[in-house]
Amino acid sequence: MVTMASVGIDVTLTEVAASLALVALAIAVSIWRRSDLEKDIAIAVLRSFIQLSAIGYVIQAIFDEDSIALVIGLLTVMVVFGAFTARRRAKRVPNALWPLLAALGVAGATTLALVVALGVFEPTPRYLVPVGGMVIGNAMTSAAVALNRLGDEMTDRAREIEATLALGATATVAAAPSLRRSLRSGTISVIDQTKTTGLIFFPGTMVGMLLAGADPTDAVRLQMILLWVLLGAVALSALISTTLAYRNFFTPAHQLREPPEP
Amino acid sequence: MHVAETAFELEQVSLSRAGEPVLRELSARIPAGATCVAGPSGSGKSTLLRLLDRLSDAEAGTVRYRGADVRDRDPLELRREVVLVPQLPALLEGTVEDNLRFAAELAGREPDPARLLDLAGLDASFAARDGSKLSVGEQQRAMLARALALEPRVLLLDEPTSALDPETTGAIEETMLELRERLRIDLVWVTHDLAQAGRMSEWLVRIEAGRAVEQGPTAELLGAVAG
Repeated sequence: MVTMASVGIDVTLTEVAASLALVALAIAVSIWRRSDLEKDIAIAVLRSFIQLSAIGYVIQAIFDEDSIALVIGLLTVMVVFGAFTARRRAKRVPNALWPLLAALGVAGATTLALVVALGVFEPTPRYLVPVGGMVIGNAMTSAAVALNRLGDEMTDRAREIEATLALGATATVAAAPSLRRSLRSGTISVIDQTKTTGLIFFPGTMVGMLLAGADPTDAVRLQMILLWVLLGAVALSALISTTLAYRNFFTPAHQLREPPEP
Repeated sequence: MHVAETAFELEQVSLSRAGEPVLRELSARIPAGATCVAGPSGSGKSTLLRLLDRLSDAEAGTVRYRGADVRDRDPLELRREVVLVPQLPALLEGTVEDNLRFAAELAGREPDPARLLDLAGLDASFAARDGSKLSVGEQQRAMLARALALEPRVLLLDEPTSALDPETTGAIEETMLELRERLRIDLVWVTHDLAQAGRMSEWLVRIEAGRAVEQGPTAELLGAVAG
């Protein structure tokens, strides 16, 4: 079971403020090259400050209460926000919200239940909150990418799908190639990230632990656990979201709701 | 004159698309044999064809196939008996034989690729060819062979020659005439070309703006137009 060594790190607000120098650099680049991103950068920095500060206090309160009910409450809120956010990327998918809620909820719950049952993490807020948040965040990205692709597939390949239906194939058979490609799109980035980790980039958890003074071996082992857990979570999320959502493109009589233009 | 049995009957059929009416209380009879549905583009011919195998359902009115409302039929079974060949080729990834096998297996049959390709006017070497590497005309024939793999009673052809040059069009027409002779299959052929309707059909339904404006034996109707 993963246990926390007493690593300590103090970050003052002055140190946080100092990192704004790099934000200034980003804004300067935008102004110089006229890429018109200054406003977006400013909003992004402000939002990250407010959101992270708020969630910091929430997490602190949950840790202090040491209540699993509060953990579940927080993760449920994340699932709901995640589903609404992902829906914006899945505009071409009719009624995408329910498949997304199911995908994020099941992926999050299954993954956390498994890591606790396998004895990887203790069922305490200190582990469940960060791991759950990360799992749901990645599940959201994966479901959003998968459904975005599914929407494009079902629209752009409507002729091919309808030609298959015209042979008496079921909607499931006709949509299978599109589902396969959507599932791949939703999971490939985490697979690539897992392949290249340590070579091209250092993942956040490992960086955080190293900065906090943890032993590199422990940092690496924890990172491996998290990467592998994420692989399962994103695969599950992409699978559930696409499997539930593709049905919304068809009527019960195996007809496309939006047939291709004649 | 021998009156052929009725294959399809459309009664007061209406359908809209994105809020725009495409078929307006259209009534028509399509007998067994070869029928052409002719009309200008946008008149609703392709939409009418899709009602016959339930790729769409009418919002109002009734479509009957051999006397029974198509909505009482299982759509998958109906589509294996009444097979639509779309206007533009849309083969699945893989070889021509993969496509033939896919269709045949949907109907629980073992395909005979050489025979199917021969019926569609392609030689047996096409079986191993990648569908995406064929010319449009060859793909259209492969689509026809794939439809035949289901051993249908009726073929619905949605302007099968619209993307082809006159020479290939003539060859496809010849193939279809031969096919009728060999398989005794009923054809419903959508076209905007009245001359083609004259060559290919015994019965003609002319539609304009979503309504059937004229229907009857092709020779009589076209004779009247020519006269």
